[in-house]
Amino acid sequence: MSRLNETNTKLAREIISRYPRPKSALIPLLHISQEQNGYITREAMQHLGELVGVTSAEVYGTATFYEMFKFEPVGKYLINICGTMSCALMGAHELMQHAEKKLGVKAGGTTPDGVFTLAHAECQAACTEAPTLQVNYRYRLRVTPADFDKLVDDLKDGKLGDEIPQHGVLAKVRQVIAPEREVGAKAPEDVNDAPAWLDGKAAL
Amino acid sequence: MTIVDPAKTGEVADPNAVNITINGKPTVARKGELIIAAADRTEDFIPRFCYHPRMPSVGMCRQCLVEVETPRGPKMVVSCVTPVAEGQVVRTATDSVKKAQEGMLELLLANHPLDCPVCDKGGECPLQDQAFSHGPGESRFVEEKRHYEKPIAISDIVYLDRERCILCDRCTRFADEVAGDALISFISRGNDTQVMTFPDEPFSSYFSGNTVQICPVGALTAKSYRFKARPWDLDQTESTCTSCSVGCRTVVQSSRDELVRYQGVDIDPVNWGWLCDRGRYNFESVNSPDRLTKPLVKTDAGLEATSWSVALENAARMIRLALAKGPRSVAILGGARGTNEDAFAWAMLADKLGIDQRDAQLGDGLNPEVFNLNQATIDEACAASTIILLAPDLKEELPVLYLRLRDSAQKRKSRIIEFSAHDSGLTPHAWRTFDYEPGNQARVVRDALSTDEIREQLSRGQVVVVLGRANLAENEMFALQAAAAVFDAAPNAKVLPVLRRGNVRGAVVAGLTPQNDSGDAIDILRSAAAGKIDCLVLLGADPISDVADAGIVQRAFAQVKNLISIDTMLTGSNRNADVVLPAAAYGEKSGTTTNLEGRISNLSQKITPRGTSRPDWMIATELGIALGADIGVSSLEQLNQKLVATIGAFSSSKDPRSTRGDGVLMTRETPVSISSSSVKVLERNAYNLRLVVSRTMYDRAQSTLASPSLVGIVNDAAIHVHPSELARIGVAEGTTVRVGAEGTSIVAPIKANNRVHRGVAWLPFNHTGVDINPLLNIVGDVTDVRIEPIK
Amino acid sequence: MSKTYSHAPGFVAGDRPKIVTSRFEYSDSFTLERYLATDGYKGLRAALKRPAGEIHEDVKGATVLGRGGAGFPAGTKWGLMPRQVWPRYLVVNGDESEPGTYKDRLLMERDPHQLIEGCLIACYAAGLSQCFLYIRGEMALAQERVATALNEAYLAGYVGKNILGSKFSVDIILHWGAGAYVVGEETALIESLEGNRGMPRLKPPFFPAANGLYGQPTIVNNVETLANLPWLMVNGVAAYTAIGTKTSPGTRMVAVSGHVKRPGVYEIINGTTTFRDLIFGEEFCGGIRDGKSLKAFVPGGGSAPWFTPDQLDLPFEASRVGPEGSMLGSGAVMVMDETTDIPAAALTLTHFFAHESCGKCTPCREGGTWLERILRRVVDGEGTEADLQQLLEVGAMICPGDFPHAANKKLGLGAVPFPYEMTTICFVGPSAFAPVHSALTLFREEFESRVKKRVTIPVTAVGVSA
Ligand SMILES: Cc1cc2nc3c(=O)[nH]c(=O)nc-3n(C[C@H](O)[C@H](O)[C@H](O)COP(=O)(O)O)c2cc1C
Ligand code: SF4
Ligand code: FES
Repeated sequence: MSRLNETNTKLAREIISRYPRPKSALIPLLHISQEQNGYITREAMQHLGELVGVTSAEVYGTATFYEMFKFEPVGKYLINICGTMSCALMGAHELMQHAEKKLGVKAGGTTPDGVFTLAHAECQAACTEAPTLQVNYRYRLRVTPADFDKLVDDLKDGKLGDEIPQHGVLAKVRQVIAPEREVGAKAPEDVNDAPAWLDGKAAL
Repeated sequence: MTIVDPAKTGEVADPNAVNITINGKPTVARKGELIIAAADRTEDFIPRFCYHPRMPSVGMCRQCLVEVETPRGPKMVVSCVTPVAEGQVVRTATDSVKKAQEGMLELLLANHPLDCPVCDKGGECPLQDQAFSHGPGESRFVEEKRHYEKPIAISDIVYLDRERCILCDRCTRFADEVAGDALISFISRGNDTQVMTFPDEPFSSYFSGNTVQICPVGALTAKSYRFKARPWDLDQTESTCTSCSVGCRTVVQSSRDELVRYQGVDIDPVNWGWLCDRGRYNFESVNSPDRLTKPLVKTDAGLEATSWSVALENAARMIRLALAKGPRSVAILGGARGTNEDAFAWAMLADKLGIDQRDAQLGDGLNPEVFNLNQATIDEACAASTIILLAPDLKEELPVLYLRLRDSAQKRKSRIIEFSAHDSGLTPHAWRTFDYEPGNQARVVRDALSTDEIREQLSRGQVVVVLGRANLAENEMFALQAAAAVFDAAPNAKVLPVLRRGNVRGAVVAGLTPQNDSGDAIDILRSAAAGKIDCLVLLGADPISDVADAGIVQRAFAQVKNLISIDTMLTGSNRNADVVLPAAAYGEKSGTTTNLEGRISNLSQKITPRGTSRPDWMIATELGIALGADIGVSSLEQLNQKLVATIGAFSSSKDPRSTRGDGVLMTRETPVSISSSSVKVLERNAYNLRLVVSRTMYDRAQSTLASPSLVGIVNDAAIHVHPSELARIGVAEGTTVRVGAEGTSIVAPIKANNRVHRGVAWLPFNHTGVDINPLLNIVGDVTDVRIEPIK
Repeated sequence: MSKTYSHAPGFVAGDRPKIVTSRFEYSDSFTLERYLATDGYKGLRAALKRPAGEIHEDVKGATVLGRGGAGFPAGTKWGLMPRQVWPRYLVVNGDESEPGTYKDRLLMERDPHQLIEGCLIACYAAGLSQCFLYIRGEMALAQERVATALNEAYLAGYVGKNILGSKFSVDIILHWGAGAYVVGEETALIESLEGNRGMPRLKPPFFPAANGLYGQPTIVNNVETLANLPWLMVNGVAAYTAIGTKTSPGTRMVAVSGHVKRPGVYEIINGTTTFRDLIFGEEFCGGIRDGKSLKAFVPGGGSAPWFTPDQLDLPFEASRVGPEGSMLGSGAVMVMDETTDIPAAALTLTHFFAHESCGKCTPCREGGTWLERILRRVVDGEGTEADLQQLLEVGAMICPGDFPHAANKKLGLGAVPFPYEMTTICFVGPSAFAPVHSALTLFREEFESRVKKRVTIPVTAVGVSA
């Protein structure tokens, strides 16, 4: 079963409650499910559909639109090498060639031991520090072939355990809202009046 | 008061008129109208793929580009999303427009397989047609095209060929926004976008056939039609669907004297072009090899084929013998599946013979009085500010009415207040839902409508009650009492009666309804079971599978001396009949039919009746002659003229042309009202569950079973309860349980279903696998059952 | 003098007025403690003492330009909401993915409280009852920093119910994206926030200010735009407009990448700083690396038509750059030196936009990929002369008419001003064509030397199976 486990289901309900409409929580919930299983499973999509009140097909439609969601297991470490213009100008293609040799897989492939998946990525918003890559969405900047080799070795040796969690774990810190501080989400149709601080003045 | 149409007199400026110019021609459009729609009216066809007039525009294909004059010169706009504006100058065929349209077609064809010769859509394909009329003539795309697995079955009915798909979003929009079954979706992104179901979950929508009809290419095709015909050998005629009483307008298409396809026709007052899958595909039963082609009479060796004259003589003899004992020795059941003319002919024959016992409803409807209440049309119901549902699940029984009401609730024009014992297709769209146990609905309605909030809502505008029979295991009076409670709160409320059978309203008004307090179908069957009826005529009726209490039917059949059946096939009911007369089916006969709102529209014959079968009216005429009771008509036209002249309600259809297209409403009479008599409330013992029996779209109806596209969809029966009841009963989902009531019981699997409210058990009617009749035998106003594990 | 910090890789500080990067020098700039010690939440306190309408007037008066790409003044945008329609929402666009661009990521990682404070000021001023902070999925650190900051701010009473004891109550919900460039487009962002596929909506009728999230009035603002507000509240309109020009006041963050000596993200003075200052100035990038010369540059993110040295003296001023054939976009300059393989560089961008097409519009979905495939053929040396023409013709299916481009003295070209006509809903489709068009227009010889001189292309008649 790869539906959300109990803790994550509880978390999911909490996240859903923050939005005026449940479906809005879908992408965050997909992340949680990817965090739990490393990829998005069929059962997880069905479960999320139940949680936010849409069909599995709708969940599937949304999930497959976004690059970060994987529908098959990927390596423990997903290495995304940026190949867009700024990085390409600074040697991204050469870095990719080097990486393919080092890992023994082509871009898009996973090493036989299931530790690394190598992938092409589009602009990662670190263009001045080209070429760049992300391991499980943690940056490495101005990466030389030697840097790459060291990174791979360190990951293999478990030296980066704290810094780089396994694939799927997106943010190690989550938003927590204490109930007594939370204003609370309301469906738009249940809000008819101007917010209190406008003092009923026809502001705006 | 005189109402002046300013558009016609030109005297008063119409506030909704917008003057525009299309290709140099001045024209008057409506405020908010899209350019593409205005251009359709002026016959300046703008090519399009994603635009569909019954769905919100998505502006996705970009094919409908036209030029609009702006202060900064001509500007290209997408005509399916751009509304008209006063003084707008539109050009649909300038060089730059043509270039843009050609470019778009070239792009659309870039990845299209161009397999027209083997495509079902070939010959009627908007992509093919517009490629010729608005395309570049050649493609410069030399790259490898997208490849996908060739057609995959995405449901029992529909195939999907993704290579042909041009991603117009029509099917997915329809499924989500119109049908509310978002079971297909775009998946992936950009150039990899495709339409798909969730893996291994079929597109099991009751409305899936519409996606095939509106697909502008051959990406979605129907199993029933694959490789059946090419558009150029199709023959077609417009008609009306009689699978249920919504009366959707259709085009009936045939090839080589065989029905091959139905398509929905867009008429404003009824179906907007949509059909349900049952209505769309059960024409297959007309082509069934099991159709009766010759009259049959019972011999020692069973039913044997014979000639019409022998069969009619036999039938006449049986009726005559029975009549000799008195007119109450003969009864006629059925008639709701035929035309108005069929029903009228039989009513005339019955009149001539003095047969008062007749009923086109089979105990599962309501008192015909409902047709005399203050009537609402479908449009009026959809436009009402409050719609009160006291009805069965419309998605199951009157599917296209469900689409219409869903639409009006979705667009927030109307608020639905639903009273029910289990959730229906409309529950998610209801503004307020009130739960009742059968027997208590009048009280629940009265209490609910007396709150301030609801009273305020009722005062906002027109109230329409959608009134039907929600439960076959309760006395029909409960529904009427509940309706009366609505009238107490909203005296001006109108009623949309939702009795299910195709032409039940027409048949009842034409006279196939109890006369002189002769008793309804159930009374007739009781009287037969008591040995008081010698000859029973089944007019297209199959009471064994269609009357909730099949026990009484069996007892009746055991007692009647002679059973005469007029039907298209052998059924559970006529297998032991003495005479079976083969009837012409839908598509094989003409006439008119009446839908639930009283709209009279025509049926057209498209193919010759199978074998020697004949329309019901003709059988009535001939039987009359054989009985020496000639009803005096020899043609359908004559019969129709007589109907229109005799029965006031039909007088509005005097001109036969009025029944084409939108059809014409029956002449309305001054409405009567019903008042709430003292309401009896039936309390339930806490160990029991109150039984609800109702229909689903696919059951063992003859026309479903005889249609290859549909037969596989019929479900096995089960008793459904709220999930919390399972624990109380102490059984697991799916186990077989005993469902007992008053000394009788059945055995059925149990299902947890959170759409069934607590305290209620729901049993779908006429599903396969379990005989539920013992529970329906009980003579009582409601049925309470006790569910127990089987030791 | 320019200065870098190991805790803020990519950021280069200088001796210029700082509006949004004032705390970047501190390694703990993202903590509430540091924030409070450096004027944090002072702007909010000041705002809460005044009526909402006045705050809105200040934002209008300061002409705070949108920093997401279109450069529309925030105050004016807020004013486009229909009166008395509730609720209204704030959606913060932190989906930054335009090639070459990054500044929002730094602002979120380095100074999340400044963004939060900006959101609060906007909600207060415009009567927005809930705020959604949509952060690009791939930015794990930014999400952690913003989450931490929000958690602190909630507990300290800056966000949530009765902020600082006032009647002002608003939730700020951190939302995670999941990787789709097009979701940066505001209506796609709203779709995505509703849990849907991130496909842009049609404008009209879906102008967010009138008909946005859940059909309600919605303000979509960029992270940097909102990050300006605390400073504005503390220092006032006059101080804000004293920096930059009348039409482009304040500062803006610009990322300069590619073949320069000192690539980095700079907070520059708006309106007056020129591309020459930026690329060659000592306080900025210090010129082209390795003594090479400048060949071309992209002035405003991957979507922008390219400039050559002829345009170096244009300032960061939209009203100057548009007529010269390009746009300022999201503040991203990508610099190419003489060694650059122009067709290959264009291909990286065309590939980007084709890959990021949402798939809604035919010209973008089919045309973008088509462009990419032809261009790839050309880059691989498999193209023909006819392919070059075909590139322009496919481009014309996306953008009919003259496509904007820069003037070029050597080629004797005059400028075609921005913007273009388009057959698509959003700018992704045209953006796939922009680099192809610029490269082909300005550097045609590089393409010609690559293609075979063969001109035959097979032709398939439409409607007949090939
Ligand atoms: C294809 C496309 C991508 C965009 N991406 C972003 C983006 O990543 N971040 C952003 O703030 N604005 C982006 N925009 C601009 C937004 O649509 C919107 O104009 C902006 O968020 C408004 O904020 P502002 O007024 O504060 O600039 C994009 C626009 C387009 C057409
Ligand atoms: S231009 Fe491209 S990305 Fe933008 S809406 Fe159209 S298909 Fe989607
Ligand atoms: S018909 Fe207008 S965009 Fe498709």
